[in-house]
Amino acid sequence: MENRFQALLMGLVLGAAIVYLFMPIAQAPGPAGNRPAAAESADGKARPEVRAGNTLAEVRNRGELVCGVNQGLPGFSNPDDKGHWSGIDVDYCRALASAIFDDPTKVKFRPLNAKDRFTALQSGEIDILSRNTTWTMSRDTQLGLDFAGVSYYDGQGFIVHKDSGIENAADLDGATICTQTGTTTELNVADYFRSHGYKYKVLSYEKNDEALAAYDNHRCDAYTTDASGLAAVRLKMKDPSQHRILPEIISKEPLGPAVRQGDPQWADIARWTLFALINADELGVTSKNVEEMKGSDSPRVRRLLGGEGAYGHMIGLTDDWVVRIIRHVGNYSEVFERNVGTNTKLGIERGLNALWNKGGIMYAPPIR
Amino acid sequence: MAGAPTKGKQKIGLKWSNPAVQSVVYQAALIAVVLYGGWVIVTTTQANLARLNIATGFGFMDNTAGFGIVQSLIPYTEESSYGRAFLVGLINTLMVAGIGIVLATILGFFVGVARLSSNWLVSRLAWTYVEVMRNIPLLLQLFFCYFTVLRPLPPPADSLSPLEGVYLNNRGVVVPSPVFGESSTLFVIAVLLSLVAGYAIIRWARKRQAATGEIFPAWRTAIAIVLGVPALIWLVGGAPFTLDLPVYRGFGFDGGMRLIPEFIALLLGLTLYTAAFIAEIVRAGILSVSHGQTEAAYALGLPQGRTLRLVVIPQALRVIVPPLTSQLLNLTKNSSLAVAIAYPDLVAVFAGTVLNQTGQAIEVIALTMAVYLTISLVTSFLMNLYNARVAIQER
Repeated sequence: MENRFQALLMGLVLGAAIVYLFMPIAQAPGPAGNRPAAAESADGKARPEVRAGNTLAEVRNRGELVCGVNQGLPGFSNPDDKGHWSGIDVDYCRALASAIFDDPTKVKFRPLNAKDRFTALQSGEIDILSRNTTWTMSRDTQLGLDFAGVSYYDGQGFIVHKDSGIENAADLDGATICTQTGTTTELNVADYFRSHGYKYKVLSYEKNDEALAAYDNHRCDAYTTDASGLAAVRLKMKDPSQHRILPEIISKEPLGPAVRQGDPQWADIARWTLFALINADELGVTSKNVEEMKGSDSPRVRRLLGGEGAYGHMIGLTDDWVVRIIRHVGNYSEVFERNVGTNTKLGIERGLNALWNKGGIMYAPPIR
Repeated sequence: MAGAPTKGKQKIGLKWSNPAVQSVVYQAALIAVVLYGGWVIVTTTQANLARLNIATGFGFMDNTAGFGIVQSLIPYTEESSYGRAFLVGLINTLMVAGIGIVLATILGFFVGVARLSSNWLVSRLAWTYVEVMRNIPLLLQLFFCYFTVLRPLPPPADSLSPLEGVYLNNRGVVVPSPVFGESSTLFVIAVLLSLVAGYAIIRWARKRQAATGEIFPAWRTAIAIVLGVPALIWLVGGAPFTLDLPVYRGFGFDGGMRLIPEFIALLLGLTLYTAAFIAEIVRAGILSVSHGQTEAAYALGLPQGRTLRLVVIPQALRVIVPPLTSQLLNLTKNSSLAVAIAYPDLVAVFAGTVLNQTGQAIEVIALTMAVYLTISLVTSFLMNLYNARVAIQER
């Protein structure tokens, strides 16, 4: 029996020795610079360890930005049949890549469903989440992420079958509503119907396609999502003229890009890239006139385009960062009109998203 | 093990050449490494979550859920807690899995026996069913069931009504629900008592037949008691319950009980899919019983049905039960595909909506996995008990 004990001890010592030998690998965080290369080499999959504080260096080392986007929402992020992405959320990521690399193509888009998007950001699988995500307090505080700002002011609405005779939201008392799970829409519907004392039933599908198919088959009286999404949904229907978007907007949905907490510099880059788009819109700097505008006398334009001050350096970029953004992507107005504006199929008016001095609420702090 | 041969050589026991020593050393080393690995994972996770300001702990379970659930067997409103939503999801999962297990087992047995039928048409039909069902992914079958159930049904306003008070439309099936009145307690007691009496009679008759060989028509008597006594009380004491008839109002029906199409489609998909596998297991079990057994039973003059019931199936069961258990577990776990067609099961409600609203992925997913593990282990335990009963008794 004594032998057993001795053997056991030997084994434990051996085990401890093995652990001790491998300890440096398991525990050492490693220098910032060489980790991405080492972690990416194996299979390109997400790295389990979570880093903070050096996202910019990591993105530069990798040579591209990884951006989490919607799997398919026309106007915001939608791949065409050649795998080319387009939309407001997509263009924001291109703007970010332009600011860093002076090359809007250095973005890898990672399509995410509503449920998995935050996990993807938390785990470091993506550098930035630009996926029509509503900025709410619980998301901002509980999920370990920071919102960079609002890139689109949206609100939740309903679409119904015309033959149902539903004219406005008050007619929805007792109705069955279809939606996608993992979004704020489930809560907004509950709030809205509860506060009005209406009865309702809600069906939450994992994927939008099934939710729409169910609505199309009259399983639900109404389908609900953000108003911008409803315009896209109506286009997807067999006969768009048979569907009506109700006039009521039942919630505030400020959509914007989000980054992981713990890297203030990266959060600043994300925030000011968005503000640069809006400020350029306000100052009339477009992709067409950006080269001429560099010679502008206006101090505000000169600061924006790097003629005065070293604003790019303050966030770890070059001083012509805004020039790069505008040259490749355009200003906010160009992005908006190109993707969802009145000349597109979606035909959405600027509305709330017009600049603050043009009847909307789109407002960016000044660059100074 | 190594005890007996090394007994006399205690002193040279601790040599590396001793295989017993080697195995203990290796095992202890492996355990140490595994424990350390687990510890590293747990502490790293905790540290990272804390550093990233991600909320941890199960405190969220008491917070208000704030969302609606389309089917709930227990009282639930938007003001209920996340914990309550968890229970709703759990019960919905248990309901679809429980009913699915019963239906799939029954259907599987029928198809399995039909597969061996000497009738060409019956056996070919069963064969076709098995091959089609088990070779198409379950998720596709669920979509197929869901949208084929949904599409041809009329909207609530033009509901089909095969019976008074029963309505069928694309929002599901609505039937009248019983509302229990004053005499219902007596009625329920009578039903329970007559069930016990029926069971007792069957056991008594079986024992007497084993002891004396006399046959008593136990089943007929038991059924007469189970149906007759409550019927008598119904006649004497009046109806124990009244019916709450569903009424069409606005968008659908108020009152009555309803089955939503998501439930029907999920149950149908799970049952049809799993039954195909069970049928093959049943067929294998029956084929494992030597043909000599059947011939011997025929020689004793037992008719075909009784041969199957009394001779073949009891022997086949010991082959059938262990793989049947894993199919039943599969059915339970596959019910988590419900989220694809919006049936509010545990995964859809808790690992879906709740997870997304609280963002506490580790807690929510761990709890969900623990629930499935518990359900599966309990199912497994019950099936093992049953297996011990039907296993062959070695004498």
